[in-house]
Amino acid sequence: MTAPVILEADEVVKHFGAGSGWLSHKSPVQAVDGVSLQIRRGETFAIVGESGCGKSTLARLLMRLLEPTAGRVSFDGVDVSHASGGALKALRGQMQFIFQDPFSSLNPRMSVGKLVGEPLEVHAPELSAEERREKVAELLRKVGLRPEHAGRYPHEFSGGQRQRIGIARALAAGPKLIIGDEPVSALDVSVQAQVINLLGDLSRDLGLTLVIIAHDLGVIRHMSDRVAVMYLGRIVEMGTAEEVFATPLHPYTQALLSAIPSMDVPSKHQALAVLGEMPSPSDPPSGCRFHTRCPYTRAQCKQESPKLEGQLHQVSCHFWQDIAAARKPTTLRPKTDAVEARFALYKAATTGGTVIHQNQEPPERN
Amino acid sequence: MPVSGTAKSQDLASADALLTLKDLTLRFKGQTNDVVHSVSLRVRQGEVLCVVGESGCGKSVTSMAIMGLLPGKATQISSGKLSFLAQDWDLATDCLPTEVRGREIAMIFQEPMTSLNPSFRIGDQIAEAVQRRRGNSRTEALERAEVMLQRVGIANPKQRLRAYPHQLSGGMRQRVMIAMALANDPQILIADEPTTALDVTIQAQILDLIRDLRDETGMGTLMITHDLGVVAEVADTVAVMYGGQVVEQGPVAEIFNNPQHPYTIGLMSAMPRLDRPGERLAIVPGTVPTISNMPEGCRFRTRCAFATAACAQRPKLRDVASEHEVACHFAPLETHVKVSA
Repeated sequence: MTAPVILEADEVVKHFGAGSGWLSHKSPVQAVDGVSLQIRRGETFAIVGESGCGKSTLARLLMRLLEPTAGRVSFDGVDVSHASGGALKALRGQMQFIFQDPFSSLNPRMSVGKLVGEPLEVHAPELSAEERREKVAELLRKVGLRPEHAGRYPHEFSGGQRQRIGIARALAAGPKLIIGDEPVSALDVSVQAQVINLLGDLSRDLGLTLVIIAHDLGVIRHMSDRVAVMYLGRIVEMGTAEEVFATPLHPYTQALLSAIPSMDVPSKHQALAVLGEMPSPSDPPSGCRFHTRCPYTRAQCKQESPKLEGQLHQVSCHFWQDIAAARKPTTLRPKTDAVEARFALYKAATTGGTVIHQNQEPPERN
Repeated sequence: MPVSGTAKSQDLASADALLTLKDLTLRFKGQTNDVVHSVSLRVRQGEVLCVVGESGCGKSVTSMAIMGLLPGKATQISSGKLSFLAQDWDLATDCLPTEVRGREIAMIFQEPMTSLNPSFRIGDQIAEAVQRRRGNSRTEALERAEVMLQRVGIANPKQRLRAYPHQLSGGMRQRVMIAMALANDPQILIADEPTTALDVTIQAQILDLIRDLRDETGMGTLMITHDLGVVAEVADTVAVMYGGQVVEQGPVAEIFNNPQHPYTIGLMSAMPRLDRPGERLAIVPGTVPTISNMPEGCRFRTRCAFATAACAQRPKLRDVASEHEVACHFAPLETHVKVSA
């Protein structure tokens, strides 16, 4: 838990479109508004929130794909928020990105070998063509593809395989940290599980730090060590995945968790409903930004903006003590023994177990 | 419990069924394999039937075929009987008449932005649907539109009637789509991934709305989704599709507590579980074959860990419990196979 900090954001702010024309007075979009966080080496850190909460902008700021309007981002103790030139190139080798859509993030005119080899040309120019080919083959094997695939083109692959190519490409530069912006949300359930397992294996085997942006809380709970919940450009709650999911303190986190439809939770007609929709980030509400949708709003919330408080489990809400005390713990729907037994059978069979059929011929039916 | 063909059809046409689809088989012209193969579904009054499956399993094509939305030039329906409103239609030769579509059976789509016309006010778009199907005057139709907007939970419906689609958020647009679909009090609502493009908090609101409207009006709903969480939330009955075939169907409690088909079990165990974080997920190996590469017999057998030579013979749907059918030779698995490490 006390691994050194690898990536740190300090009061990072990003406003878009601040300059307005002489006829229009457009207020800037406050995409990220004062976010501080520390990501430790080797952990999987997740950023959750609804669309428009600024999570993708935050990821791009952390990667230095965007420059912050204010505040600083440091990687390995060095301020990189305005890095450029050689320093930026070196940083790109350390930090890589996996994109959401495996269909549009790969150049359709480049073969897989070219795609995966391209970062090597930039970050390891000393390699000969032969060495690079070997390295590409090794990378493809690492992500569960075959070296022969290097000669094929992206359209010949399914979504899950393309995402594997994207991961191989990210690994090629030999990064310490990988940021995935919704890396599995475009994939079907059965393929999604394969990619989640792969990311877990890679982060363990290569000691990678992962930052995962997602809106699927089931995926987050499964993959991450720590979670930050964002709402309208600010972090409203941050802590270990275990604590945030077991005892969410902020009313927004509680609502978000109760809104996920899940097989494990009984149908929730009585769910804590969040009212309406997220206000525009170009005109955020005063005080606590969640107060327009919060079922517990009081006068203070409209005026004073709460700070992120706490040590390991941080929350930004004036009344979190009262709200957390009133919360009913969610009970998971227990799986029947029959289901667990069949899941176990299935898992054993798909992870290398030998399937023995009791009677060779299926019983005559119909 | 073997069930003969005739007994099955009687069962499907049971008295409370609102809409019954029987034995739909279709292919796209130029293809050598069926995209949808012998699919039978039933929606009862006040019931939500969820059709679940991954992309390419034929779930959307099935709903489009019911609505008669597939282009006749490119599709070839070789069989399919639709029973609705005490009438039968042979989908191979004809489709639902326009008086029925949009009035008795309505559809909403995944992407509400592309389903609304951006250059007309939403009030006019809803009113058009009312005028066209009911022959009301324009004023009456607009009044109806206002009532509908109110009913789907849009604040200030009178002003909102004059809004254009781009002025509304995604969740609001989906509410407008629902208002439009329900303006004529249809008996059946077909919803194709209605919440996939929406955020979870908005998704919860829309699912609540669909559930409330079902309780109020007793309409039957056919919902297409890939999300087992959504299924657990709203479904009364479930049909799991793979490769254009229904592999398992039954009441929602049966599907979740007694999943029988290896594909259903695989899908369910591939979902991250809230009670077992970090545990390695089970997977369904490989990917869905393209339609032309679908194997003969059980279409899942190329990805199934339990498949044998016997699976080259297509398993028929058979009852394993009350109203719970599965198409697998080896169900229930534990009585047919053992796995040693």
